[in-house]
Amino acid sequence: MDLITPGTGLIFWQLFGFLGLLFILIKFAWKPMLDALEERESSIENALKAAETARNEMANLKAENEKLLTEARLERDVILKKAQEASVKMIEDAKEDATKVGAQMIANAKAVIETEKKAALADVKSQVAALSLEITEKLLRKNLSNDKAQKELVDGFVNELKLN
Amino acid sequence: MTRKILVLSLLISAFLLGFTGNIQAAGGEEDKTSFIMHHVKDSHEWHFATFGHTHVTLPLPVIIYSGDRGLEFFSSSDFQNHETHLFGEEYAHEGYFIDEHDHLGRVDGASFLELSITKNVVMLFIVLIFVGWVSLAAARHYKKHGAVAPKGAAAIIEPIVIFVRDEIAKKSIGPQYKRFVPYLISLFLFVWFGNLLGLIPGAANMTGNIAVTMVLAVLTFIITNVNGNKDYWKHVFMTPGVPPLMLLIIVPVEIIGLFTKPFALMVRLFVAITAGHIVILGFIALAFIFESYTIGIASTLMVTFINLIELLVATIQAYVFTLFSAMYIGSAVAEHAHDDHH
Repeated sequence: MDLITPGTGLIFWQLFGFLGLLFILIKFAWKPMLDALEERESSIENALKAAETARNEMANLKAENEKLLTEARLERDVILKKAQEASVKMIEDAKEDATKVGAQMIANAKAVIETEKKAALADVKSQVAALSLEITEKLLRKNLSNDKAQKELVDGFVNELKLN
Repeated sequence: MTRKILVLSLLISAFLLGFTGNIQAAGGEEDKTSFIMHHVKDSHEWHFATFGHTHVTLPLPVIIYSGDRGLEFFSSSDFQNHETHLFGEEYAHEGYFIDEHDHLGRVDGASFLELSITKNVVMLFIVLIFVGWVSLAAARHYKKHGAVAPKGAAAIIEPIVIFVRDEIAKKSIGPQYKRFVPYLISLFLFVWFGNLLGLIPGAANMTGNIAVTMVLAVLTFIITNVNGNKDYWKHVFMTPGVPPLMLLIIVPVEIIGLFTKPFALMVRLFVAITAGHIVILGFIALAFIFESYTIGIASTLMVTFINLIELLVATIQAYVFTLFSAMYIGSAVAEHAHDDHH
């Protein structure tokens, strides 16, 4: 058989053999295989996309958390500030009240002391009067003989009393 | 590695030199190399080896269809000398004969159609069964396990399928590549396994046969032109951007171009594979011609080396055949073929 003349038998068998192979392989091999490959590729792609979405969501969540945290922190600061102010005010108020109450108490005490002093003075005066009377009585009893001296003494006492 | 090749070469050389005596006995210089062309061409019988006067051959069916006698079946051994296994007109059988050039002829000269299962047809069947078996085994994996990572035969076939789909079809054809992928994969696997199995010692030079490459090229030609769109045909018959007078020259050239593309496909594969076989056999023949151990060792080393190159060529040619088929199909289905064609 010649090198460059195609043989009819080989052409015939090659044509139908190859077409047969083509038919069988397209139907039973390449179709399921290419479908499976495509399915796998799309599933991988979907998985990658899902991972990407999840990652984005995570990032969003994190950002949101951060935001919430910042807000909470700010709020806390405000609350603390307010509390501090309130406490300062309360202390001031308390101080003021205390001062007032103290002043009142001091005033009251002063008044009481004044009253007591007056009462004490009155008591002292009455005691002094009583004592003077007693002394006078004793003196009178002792110096009855000397009327003139007694009179002068009594006069002196009286003058002294008047001076008090 | 090198030592193993050397030892193997020595063994093969010694083995091959064992034949020199017989070949010398058979005839002169011409006969020492005639086995090269005998191997490269198709044959009605499959000759494996000759030990002394014993020929180890596989007789093959000779199938003939003729208008007057209908379908007839013979064995190739009916047409040859049983001692020498030589064909010749003198060994005619039932009105047919196979001459010394392995041509089938009819004694009365009437016309007939030969459909014989020749050596290359047997090789073709082997390759078809092999490709079919491997591919179906691979496909079974996906049917069984669904779209999971490949294993077994699927692990071998899948990278090829993806390569043909992504690197050849998608890049050369464009957005409509999907419907051509099955054809291109089948083509690639057939040519590739055909080339590789043809390199096995004793195998036939099937993909280096012009009938085989012609059928493949014609299939690509048919697919290309059946799918040709408006742009494609416009490019052939009313080439854009060319003055009307020039069309008289351009249009015939374009029409010839339609046929030269598949012709180039056919010739490229045929020549590349046949040349590879001839080179390997040529180096083996050196041992017979010079009848020297030194030449035997050197030529066997060269044969080993060329065989490695041929493994590469087998793959490259399969790739090139598929790639060019895809490019021709791509030029036919592209929306603006004239833009990227020049």
